[in-house]
Amino acid sequence: MELEYQIQGPYLILKVGKELDHHRAEQIRQIIEGISRERTIKNIIFDFSDTVFMDSSGVGLIISRYRDLSMDGGSVCAAGVCPAVEKLFYVSGLHKIIGVYPEVEDIIHGQK
Amino acid sequence: MGKNEMKVIFESCSENESFARMVIAAFAARLDPTLEELADIKTAVSEAVTNSIIHGYGGGEGSIEMRGMIDGMEVTVEIVDFGVGIEDIPKAMEPMFTTRPDIDRSGMGFAFMEAFMDELKVESEPGKGTKVCMKKRLSEV
Repeated sequence: MELEYQIQGPYLILKVGKELDHHRAEQIRQIIEGISRERTIKNIIFDFSDTVFMDSSGVGLIISRYRDLSMDGGSVCAAGVCPAVEKLFYVSGLHKIIGVYPEVEDIIHGQK
Repeated sequence: MGKNEMKVIFESCSENESFARMVIAAFAARLDPTLEELADIKTAVSEAVTNSIIHGYGGGEGSIEMRGMIDGMEVTVEIVDFGVGIEDIPKAMEPMFTTRPDIDRSGMGFAFMEAFMDELKVESEPGKGTKVCMKKRLSEV
């Protein structure tokens, strides 16, 4: 399964996929590493619009990217989070450290 | 609703995380759980199976056993591995504690199991393996 991603200005937008577990988190981590070998990533938007499941592996993935990027003045955001995933954001405290928006466009057009 | 039992054994590989979630969801479905209850159980199972794969077997080969029991409206799930075991269980269960920050682990696996299930019990012996036993009581409709 190929991960869909696109680069729009300073944003790397990643489609999280249906289920963000350890298996998927590992795939996404490798894709991000691959891209960062060729160009500098400043901001990442995790697009959750197709995602119905996440566990702590997803939390780990996002926190680590946040840690990497925020040191260089970048950011990590999430968009299109469904109620089941949102619950995980709250229980883990993730919602306090990263921005959560209804849609990817809200981040791209709202934060410039 | 009565009683029911099942047991599946699968290889320790990350593809089987979603398999384990599907199996437990299908097993619990006869109790007509709410979407949220089902998501809670799937998350907890995902955490326990992932722990066995990453920590129990260190990403190597091994087999994982998942047992499910239904008694009335209560679902019990046991995830058993025969891997390295846990030296210090209370330490391992502390939120944010992880032995593998190098591979992006959040250290929240046990915290999620505790948050999403009604009971959590962890038994482990170094060198022998780990058994995680979780219970959830579903609401009557």
